[in-house]
Amino acid sequence: MTRHIELVVRPIIDSNPITLQILGICSALAVTTSLSTALTMCAALTVVLMFANGIISLIRNHIPPAIRLIIQITIVASLVIVIDQILRAYAFELSQRLSIFVGLIVTNCIVLGRIEAFAMRNAVWPSVLDGLGNGIGYSVILATVASIRELLGTGTLLGYTILTTVRDGGWFEPLGFMLLAPSAFFIIGLLIWLVRSLKPSQIEQSEFRDLAQGKEMRS
Amino acid sequence: MADLNPITWWRHMLSLPNTSPAKTLIVALLVALTCGTAVSVTAIMLRPLQQKHHERERQARMQELLKSLPGMKGLIDDAGEVTLQCVLVELATGAIIEVADPLSFDQRAEAADPRANFDIPASADIAGIGKRSRRAPAYLMRWNGKLKRIILPVRGSGYQSMLYGYLALEGDLVTVAGLTFYAQAETPGLGTRIQEPAWQNLWPGSMIADDQGNLRIEVVRGKGTRPYQVDGISGATRTGTGVTNLLRFWLGDYGFGPFLKQLETGKIDP
Repeated sequence: MTRHIELVVRPIIDSNPITLQILGICSALAVTTSLSTALTMCAALTVVLMFANGIISLIRNHIPPAIRLIIQITIVASLVIVIDQILRAYAFELSQRLSIFVGLIVTNCIVLGRIEAFAMRNAVWPSVLDGLGNGIGYSVILATVASIRELLGTGTLLGYTILTTVRDGGWFEPLGFMLLAPSAFFIIGLLIWLVRSLKPSQIEQSEFRDLAQGKEMRS
Repeated sequence: MADLNPITWWRHMLSLPNTSPAKTLIVALLVALTCGTAVSVTAIMLRPLQQKHHERERQARMQELLKSLPGMKGLIDDAGEVTLQCVLVELATGAIIEVADPLSFDQRAEAADPRANFDIPASADIAGIGKRSRRAPAYLMRWNGKLKRIILPVRGSGYQSMLYGYLALEGDLVTVAGLTFYAQAETPGLGTRIQEPAWQNLWPGSMIADDQGNLRIEVVRGKGTRPYQVDGISGATRTGTGVTNLLRFWLGDYGFGPFLKQLETGKIDP
């Protein structure tokens, strides 16, 4: 039981797919200009992750190694199309704003990463939980980035005005830069810095350690 | 031994080593079949619902445009005087075609129909649409019998998608009364802002042409200074260029240009 809880909780901070594994960055840049699109994207990705992990884990013992990746991608792509279609039918407004990004979940490295790293070797239920945990981990980062970008870029949160902009007679001058993709890079970078300062165990060891040691010995 | 029992056969297949070519083929086939079925079934089952949304969006945008036009409120109050008429225009000549029910004309279907559409010469195709229908609907709004406003459907390539919208002109045929887009798939948060009221509200009052009658309407980077310039959206320069081009195309010789000219010179009075 504790193992199951850990499967869900661990990816939220300790092995977060974005800040530790640095996966799924492209969509994190694209959909975080407003919080509502980011939350929809998070929900869509979490559902895809859980289903993809579950299905792959179900048939993991019968996937021929020669066509392993093709089978994984076919299943993920079908799931994504189905979810995109459902969004278009039942949440038309949101699907208009998310436009191509739901379709691009299939190229999101987190999905394939979790399938390869976890679902191929674990039973169905733990795989589903792993999908849920990683989905939440992704969502936490996306929601944080989107809140910062929407608040500083337009002065609103979920469409509600928090900081009245100069244009509407307030004091807040929106930072147009926050709405451009590079700002998401900076915010994610700062978040990674923050997480690693709080949890130094996440800091990767330098790839050139041996060389550096050698230098020390010489000097 | 020919065992035709499907359950035994299935067990036998599962017990094959994963590296065997037969199992590889069977698994590939089964996965393809299952996924294909799932995708087709959802797509076909949900299509009517999606089309309803598209149609509703188009209608809503039309209503929104009509309502957002300045002076509409006063007009609605004495509704008896206002008439809204839909006419079908032969784009090449600008003449109005008499048909029983112009409202039911499907412009997208005609643009896609190889027997009925028109190949736009590449040099003139600034909107990047390739082919257009030969006929197009136009909506004429009259007040006390006088032409008050005219609403034209427009479309063209933006940065990464086709933009569909309506342009409304005042009765003088040079002042923009409004512009709205009802379908697009531009970059979320940047290009998609062409659908937001904040940007669409910049349009009323701008001019499509200068005093000499040259088409000058343009989305500029930053702030527009001339009557025919409209502020661009920062970060969506190419979407703005797309809007400029599609407006110039649909107001030009291969779009509604001939029709507008006829209206202007009073040759036709629908």
